[in-house]
Amino acid sequence: MALPRMVQRLTAWLDERVNVTEIWEFVRHKVVPVHRHTVWYYFGGMTLFLFAIQVCTGILLLLYYRPSAEEAYESVQFIVTEVHFGWLIRSIHSWSANLMIATLMIHLFSVYFTQAYRKPRELTWVSGMCLFGIALFFGFSGYLLPWNALAYFATKVGTDVAGQVPVVGHLLTQILRGGEEVTGATLSRFYGIHVAILPLLTTGILGIHLFLVQKQGMSVPVELERSGSPPTTMPFFPNFLLRDLVGWLTALAVLAALAAYFPWELGVKADPFAPAPAGIRPEWYFMYMFQTLKYLPAKIGPLDGELVGIMGFGLGGLFLLLVPFLDQRAARGEKSPLFFWIGVGIVTYIVVLSVLGYVAPGGQ
Amino acid sequence: METPGNARRGFVNVLLGGGIGAMMVSVLYPVLRFLIPPKSGEPTTSSVTLPWKPAEIRVNSGRIFKFGSQPGILVRTPAGELRAFGAICTHLNCTVQYREEKQDIWCACHNGVYDLNGKNVSGPPPRPLEAYKTFVKGEQIVVNKGA
Repeated sequence: MALPRMVQRLTAWLDERVNVTEIWEFVRHKVVPVHRHTVWYYFGGMTLFLFAIQVCTGILLLLYYRPSAEEAYESVQFIVTEVHFGWLIRSIHSWSANLMIATLMIHLFSVYFTQAYRKPRELTWVSGMCLFGIALFFGFSGYLLPWNALAYFATKVGTDVAGQVPVVGHLLTQILRGGEEVTGATLSRFYGIHVAILPLLTTGILGIHLFLVQKQGMSVPVELERSGSPPTTMPFFPNFLLRDLVGWLTALAVLAALAAYFPWELGVKADPFAPAPAGIRPEWYFMYMFQTLKYLPAKIGPLDGELVGIMGFGLGGLFLLLVPFLDQRAARGEKSPLFFWIGVGIVTYIVVLSVLGYVAPGGQ
Repeated sequence: METPGNARRGFVNVLLGGGIGAMMVSVLYPVLRFLIPPKSGEPTTSSVTLPWKPAEIRVNSGRIFKFGSQPGILVRTPAGELRAFGAICTHLNCTVQYREEKQDIWCACHNGVYDLNGKNVSGPPPRPLEAYKTFVKGEQIVVNKGA
């Protein structure tokens, strides 16, 4: 029997039971608007691609990793020195995590600046912001797993920050740490969070996010929508998907190059009775917060400086989460310069403080 | 209009809703309690004898020691006096270190600086380091917490 005939019969068999033609018809009719901001559409898919890489490499690392204070560092050392291609898998996992956060941020702010969060896509935005929060928590929890000195102190600081939350702070720190201090109990918890809880949450929320994107189609910029003329489009399949694939292949090439030429370092094993090493700093996507905490004075009015900083970041996050409901002009399909400039302010702040984190002299 | 049927239906709904609610509570309460770690049975340490002889500690140097489950820092000041503090930075929980060149106690995490009395003198730390009492008994250094 010829192959096409077999495929045809298989399709017919499936169609009779689950109506796959309907799905195929949906894919065939799906179009993507073409305009000068179309390029930003690729970053969501790129993030999804990098997430898929995280899942695959993460599963592989699970086969050798041991989540305890006594064995974690040694098991990662074993992975990168003894296991065939272990260095590559671990390095890709670390690099892909960082690239994923980067593409996620580009995706987030491109949606923000094109006001694509506006009615009727409020829930898509909110689910996306939840995924962003989860991604940061993925980064934070995964950072501890090799149990090295940098990660140990980053976790001490990070969980202490959670302790600044009014009323429930202490309880939150205890739940995160699995006790009063960062110990092997913390490592067990972060492991559970990193490989079970966060993937479960991601699967659910990502499902909703992607469903909404398919259901509502791509948003077009306000000015194009207001011009009244129907936008030019290209078919999703195969035109847009093939372009997507080129992006993914590029990402894979960049990833392989980074992993091979700049293998991710393991550092020294965590020692709870050693001072925090000079030059300690968090991952780049937490750098602006870290640098802000350095600049804040011990007291701002009656409050501790760090509390003011943490409340500031909390309010910033809340603002971003709720922006579709705050920006009434965008909801009416109008341009909203105020929100545009607030966005510019946020991005400038993040960029300037992050750069300062790397270039400010003498541990300032 | 209120009929006996409606009243019965309402009553059954309340019963059903209450039952489901009670079941949720009975499931969630143990889960929440499970998440909060139990208090460890470790006794609180109030005094430790350090593993070093007084003569081993150079003038203008500092060392981290284990005080129960927490780190402490022993400093021999440039004047030759031994002092001990809790080594946990009051800002965000990092472990501090002695800086010989600047003769101060420094936290690398957010650049917090304490003087040799443990007082926070610059950077973000809001409070001084916890001060311990230091005694030299013959060849031993003993560090005490509190009064």
